[in-house]
This record gives sequence, C-alpha cells and structure tokens, in this order.
Amino acid sequence: MNEFVATVVRGLGSGSIYALLALGFVIIYKSMRVISFAQPAFMMAGATLVSHLVLSMNFFLAVLVALLLTALLGAGVERLALRPMIGRPVFVIAIITLGVDIVIRTVVNSFIGLDIRQMGDPWGLEQVGVLGANIDQRHLATLITTLIVVAALFAFYRWSRTGLAMRAASSDQEVALAQGVSVGRVFSLSWALAAMLAGLAGVFLSTGIGLEQNLWLTALKALPVIILGGLDSLGGAVVAGLSIGVVEALVGSYGGDLHPVFGGDFFLVVPYLLMLLVLLVKPYGLFGTREVERI
Amino acid sequence: MLAAKNLEVVYDDVMLVLRGVSLEVPRGRIVALLGANGAGKSTLLRAMSGLLDVHDGEVRRGEITLDGVPIHHLGASRIAARGVKQVMEGRRIFVDLTVEENLRVGAHARPRTVKVNLDRTYQLFPVLADRRKKVAGYLSGGEQQMLAIGRALMSDPEYLLLDEPSLGLAPLIVQQIRDVIVEINAAGTTVLLVEQNAAMALAIAEHGYVLENGAMVMDKPAADLLADGDVREFYLGLGAEGAARSFRDVKHYRRRKRWLS
Repeated sequence: MNEFVATVVRGLGSGSIYALLALGFVIIYKSMRVISFAQPAFMMAGATLVSHLVLSMNFFLAVLVALLLTALLGAGVERLALRPMIGRPVFVIAIITLGVDIVIRTVVNSFIGLDIRQMGDPWGLEQVGVLGANIDQRHLATLITTLIVVAALFAFYRWSRTGLAMRAASSDQEVALAQGVSVGRVFSLSWALAAMLAGLAGVFLSTGIGLEQNLWLTALKALPVIILGGLDSLGGAVVAGLSIGVVEALVGSYGGDLHPVFGGDFFLVVPYLLMLLVLLVKPYGLFGTREVERI
Repeated sequence: MLAAKNLEVVYDDVMLVLRGVSLEVPRGRIVALLGANGAGKSTLLRAMSGLLDVHDGEVRRGEITLDGVPIHHLGASRIAARGVKQVMEGRRIFVDLTVEENLRVGAHARPRTVKVNLDRTYQLFPVLADRRKKVAGYLSGGEQQMLAIGRALMSDPEYLLLDEPSLGLAPLIVQQIRDVIVEINAAGTTVLLVEQNAAMALAIAEHGYVLENGAMVMDKPAADLLADGDVREFYLGLGAEGAARSFRDVKHYRRRKRWLS
C-alpha cells in the first residue's frame, strides 16, 4: 500500500511535468494551428538559466527571473522567426520550429557543459511521510505548483480580457481582428506563455537529479500527451499528462515482472501504447474538437 | 465622414477587383451599396475595415479617409479602435464562446464601458439577454445575426459596415434586422449597408451606390435609385412597366445591362 501511494505520487509528479509541456504545445496550437517543436529548447533554456542564476540569488527568485527571460525568448522567437511566415503552409512553420529548437538547444548546451549541473533547489532528494509512505518532496512540489499554475491559466482564459481575446482569435482570426483584437499580440503572448510553461517544466524536471544535456528528450513525452488529450484542449493536456505520468510510474513499479519478454524498461513504451489505445476509440483524443468535414 | 477615393484593390498581386471606386458615407446617415455577386462590395468593405491583408489583398491606388485622415494603411485592430467596425458576411460569430463572451470580445477596443454597452445591447436585442450564458453556436440564424451586429456595437463604433445582414434569413427576421438598423442609426451610428436585398436596403437608406465589375456605375439618392428603370429591372426584379415579370419572356439581348447609355 505504501509503495502504491509513493508510486502514484511519483507518477503525478512526472505527469505534472508532461502536463506543463503539453499545455505549451496546446496554447501554440490553438493560436497558430501549428505544433511547435521548439518546446524542448525552451524547457532546457529555463532550467539552465535557473542553474546559473541560483549561484547569485535565492532559488525562488531565480526561477521567477528565469521564467520571465524564457517568456521573452519565446516572444522574441515568435516575432523574428515565425511572424514573417504567417500564411505559409503549416508544415513549413513546423519545420522552422524544429530549426529554432536545434539552434537554441545548441547555445544552451554550451552553458550546461558536459557535467550534471545542480539546480540549488531546496528539495533535493529529501523525503516526507504522507499516509505512511515515503515521498520525494520534489514530486509534491511539482504537483502543487502545477495545479496552481493550471488554475491560474484557466482563470486567465476564462475571465480576463486578454484571455478572452486569445480564445476568440483561436476560434476565428479574421473576426477577432475586426473586433479590434491584435492577433500579432495574441501570437507573441501564446509563445511567451508556452515558453514559460516549458521553462517551469524544465526546472522541476531537473530538481533533485540535476540538469544535463540529454534531459530534453523528456519533452518529447508531451507528444503522446497532447494527442491523447486532444490537440486543442487545455483541460485534456492536464488530464492526459497526469494520467500518462501515473500509468508510466505504475508500470515501472509493478510491470517489471508482468511479462518476461518486455523486460524492465517496458514503462518507456507505455505512454505511446496508451495513446494508441485511446486513438482507436476516440480519434480526436479524449477532449479534442471533432472536425467534421463534408466532402 | 468615411470616404473611399479612386480606390484600386488588387488580390494576390494580379486580380484587379476594384478599379477606381469612390464612395462617401457622411456622418449620421444610412448609405446602401448594391451590386451583383463578385462586383467587389465585400472587397470595398474589407478595404475600409483593414481586413484586406488577411485575404492577400492590397490597396494599390487611391485612399480611404476617416474625417480626412487616410486610414487604409492601418491594421484592422487599429481601425476598429478608431470606430469603424465591420459585421462580416455570414454572421461569423465565435461559435464555441457563449453569447456574453462574444459580446465582451466585441468590446475589446473599449474595455472601460463594457457594462453600459452590454446593457444597451441586451435592450436592443432582448433575445440575446435570455440566451446570454448559452454557447453561441446553438443560436438560430436570426439570433446569430443579431449577435454579430450586437458584438460590433459593443465598442461604440461611429461607423458600422454591414455586409449582407439579411443573408439566408426568413422575411420576418429580415424585417426585424431592418428595424434594428434604423434604430441603431437613430441612436447616432452611421451605417454603410451592403445588400443583395435591394428593396430592403433602399427602403431605409438615404443614398445608394451601385457597384458593378469593380466600378461604381450609379451614385444617387435612394429614392431616385428606386425609380430608376435599370435598378428596378436588375435589382428589384420588376419589369420596366413596374410589374413583376417572368424572365422567360425576356429576350436575352434585352436583358444585357448597359449603364450610362
């Protein structure tokens, strides 16, 4: 029982990271109808900035400053590399984001170096007892922060004037323009938000275990998450992120002796397997908008 | 006054859609713009509201002025903030937002007076007040058109450009829309009305223009247009004698239009 609780919380912790990354993908998809492959770069940029900033300031302040800088980087990338491409085929824009990803990651890697960098976070690998189970503090911190951020994000989209304008622009860009919404600003803001969320995910991913160059691969786990949750659903990204995290952790803990053929690393395949199963039943993801096209 | 002067608009660098069009919308009036499909009516409205860009269109020559100041180089969101608002053809509401959210997006350019404008819009369209929490996509066609007009009014525009508000609506609803347009105008908003339903448009407008193949062919007070033989035949579906008549009886060569001849 104790092990079960610990496993679920560990899953929720890594699931939160997937959810934060997936939210970024969904926000950009909703505003531009493009899947941005630059998310891993923003994730690494945010984490790397924190690992450098903590040397001279408090961890939480460092996170705040790093996230602001990452948001600026996101908005800058959108303005310089993507705004001129508006109206071009989606495929072209997606490939450009791939290029942006490689460029940023190359630069960031030179700041990471070959060794593992410590984040200087207050949690480290300390544990805390919850319901009789020993749980990593960092997983709890990740989960709680993610829930707060998600609640704030939803409130922003639901009630604020800018959030409403962003939803309107995602629904019909031309009409939003006619209402006085500056769609260019919506694009910048979407990229800034997505970059910030990815940066936050990067920070939590590297707390405790430290930051190294190959960590960016984790960001790719957000891809099955967004497909599972539905490309254009923020709620779907959160639900799918958390559930993939939990399922992955459960299979990791208990599935090792499930079948000798799969071996111990079977949990790595589980997100994709889950995605495949859901797509068989719901082709638009759990919460995605069905697109009906008449021919 | 909102005016277009010798306006030339080109789509995709090759398609010349407006060839030297001039039009004047004096403050406080209702002006009707008639024309067949493909004449360039919507293009003219897009040029006025800054939405040409979205369609790869561009003003090549001439200008659009608001009280003498050229505005055709401004973006759509800037023009909307200056009080020129277009209600697009086919209603184009935000289907996945609620009625009230639709209206609040309409107030984007004037965030301070949202409350007052919401109340006013609900007074003008009581149906919308009943449906305020409903998802807009589930409204009926007439309600959607009212929502589209109400949304445009949410930022207190001085000029309202209406693109075919009667499109696809039942005659009774068309009457309602017509009354609403008159009411909006009486409250001080200038209206430029683009219509296929010429009878409705000319009944409420003071001045009318006829656009054909990208050029203005007529520019007269509405009463004169209503009396004009060609307009009666081609836009009101009446024969030269004033009676409705079947096109079966009209010989083809006689049906060809010749303006200014």
